[in-house]
Amino acid sequence: MNVMTQSCATPLAIAIRPLFPTLESTEKVQPLCYLDTAATSQKPLSVIERMQDYYLNENSNVHRGAYQLSAQATQKYEQVREQVKNFIYAQQSQQIIFTHGTTEAINMVAWGIEPQITQGDIILVDTASHHANIVPWQQLAKRTGAEVKAIGLTTDSRFDLESYRQLLTLNPKVVAVPHITNALGTVNPVETIVELAKQVNAITLIDGAQAVAHMPLNVSELDCDFYVFSGHKMYGPTGVGILYGKTSQLEALQPLMTGGEMIKTVSFEETTFGALPNRLEAGTPPIAEVIGLGKAIEFIQNNLTAEHQAEEQALLQYLQAQLKQLNGIELYGAHESNIAVVAFNLLGEHHQDIGILLDQQNIAIRCGHHCAMPLMQHLNLKGCCRVSLGIYSTKADIDQFITALKAVQELFAE
Amino acid sequence: MRLPDNSQFQYQAPDFDELVTLFSNTRSWQEKYRHLMLLGKQIPTLAKEYRVEAAQVDGCESAAWLYHQQINGKHYFIADSDTRIVKGLIAILMAYFHGKNTDELPEQAIEMVFHNIGLSQQLSPSRTNGLQHITQQMQHKFVKLT
Ligand SMILES: Cc1ncc(COP(=O)(O)O)c(C=O)c1O
Repeated sequence: MNVMTQSCATPLAIAIRPLFPTLESTEKVQPLCYLDTAATSQKPLSVIERMQDYYLNENSNVHRGAYQLSAQATQKYEQVREQVKNFIYAQQSQQIIFTHGTTEAINMVAWGIEPQITQGDIILVDTASHHANIVPWQQLAKRTGAEVKAIGLTTDSRFDLESYRQLLTLNPKVVAVPHITNALGTVNPVETIVELAKQVNAITLIDGAQAVAHMPLNVSELDCDFYVFSGHKMYGPTGVGILYGKTSQLEALQPLMTGGEMIKTVSFEETTFGALPNRLEAGTPPIAEVIGLGKAIEFIQNNLTAEHQAEEQALLQYLQAQLKQLNGIELYGAHESNIAVVAFNLLGEHHQDIGILLDQQNIAIRCGHHCAMPLMQHLNLKGCCRVSLGIYSTKADIDQFITALKAVQELFAE
Repeated sequence: MRLPDNSQFQYQAPDFDELVTLFSNTRSWQEKYRHLMLLGKQIPTLAKEYRVEAAQVDGCESAAWLYHQQINGKHYFIADSDTRIVKGLIAILMAYFHGKNTDELPEQAIEMVFHNIGLSQQLSPSRTNGLQHITQQMQHKFVKLT
């Protein structure tokens, strides 16, 4: 198949772009070619306007005021909890805990299960994890004398089920893996991972930070114990994230944060904690962000149709094919089934040089270790370049990027 | 930490005035970065045995190493990076600082130099190329003297 003529139209992305002010900004001479959605997505106007409206007209604290405004804010805030519940197919809204992001959510679990962890316990973590899914477990291991073990990767950089099966014979207490890896975009077989973990009664945590903006989720079907993600990678605001958990698992967590909101009674002799979800939401939550997140979910539900997912998938394959045509390029773990991400290097060139020279041409990609140093070590790399797509990414973006990358190659070749 | 020989320090850095003229005539980003990468090739490279952690400059996502030697009241530097562009930026620093004493430094502040040749964004603290740290470390040698 000749990839140059491979059809890859992106009418749905083109139609959606006007909803994203940063992509349409007329202040810049050259349009921004934003290919770093895996770091953070752009935000649609509906999210921005909703948050502005909250601050302009509705601002008040939740769960406290005896007055209407606060009652309304509380109601809107709690409505989003319901919305998230429906969005990921949780059973009860108390299973949805608002956090400040994926990182905080994983820390809440890694801290919260400490009473259940004893010396010598095993915690399994995917080698291709983001540091957010490595460091909190290492810290837990340090505090308890448990041991973190890395689940291996296959030679083509996929999750190695064989390595996993072998490690499961050690009866791990916890299995924590990304749904989609942030550096490569590989999709982990989370259904199988969870099913096998349950056979040895391990607690499962799935880091869905890179999944939630690209595919429908069903945590009840997946049957994992915890599922976590960030608002800012799903067309929502920064500063808000979700910890989903099975009720019994959430109830067993010791709260990482204590203080206001999360208590039932406080005296200097004794404090009793409140019920879920407040028990795990100490202090004033990010109210505007939660309300903004509600709009982001609405946006995804209205726009991430099966057709649009297929368009995004075809665009990724187009991107992979275009890159593969270049000389002196190396792609990492680039499979057809990957989601939204391609990692590559130009042989003999430093990823940072590539990033700077693409930036000169208004192309935004990420170059570095992608908060996945163990994966980089596994691939024997100092770092690499990562292109990532969003719902607004078009064929024109890819063509602009490839042209720019060729210009970089020409400059290097001189 | 073992330093390279004194003789290795006493190389000729690119001429500062020529460099400023060179960049003032560039029209496109390609031309600018072409000059920059060529400049990087004009300054010495550090042998592997000197690319050690003790000489590494913090704050760089790419690795960069810096050595300094004072000879007859003048400051000599050898610095290297594993990226072409940072190496080129280092060459500009060498044109500015290398082989000079405090009185011999160009009048223009180094920040203005980068600004005038259209590379000030590379010096910004928000960049992870570490140029700001390298610049500060070199500048520091002169400040101490006075
Ligand atoms: C897979 C994965 N996990 C965790 C994180 C951390 O997310 P946040 O920085 O929003 O807490 C990221 C974000 O880069 C990620 O991609």
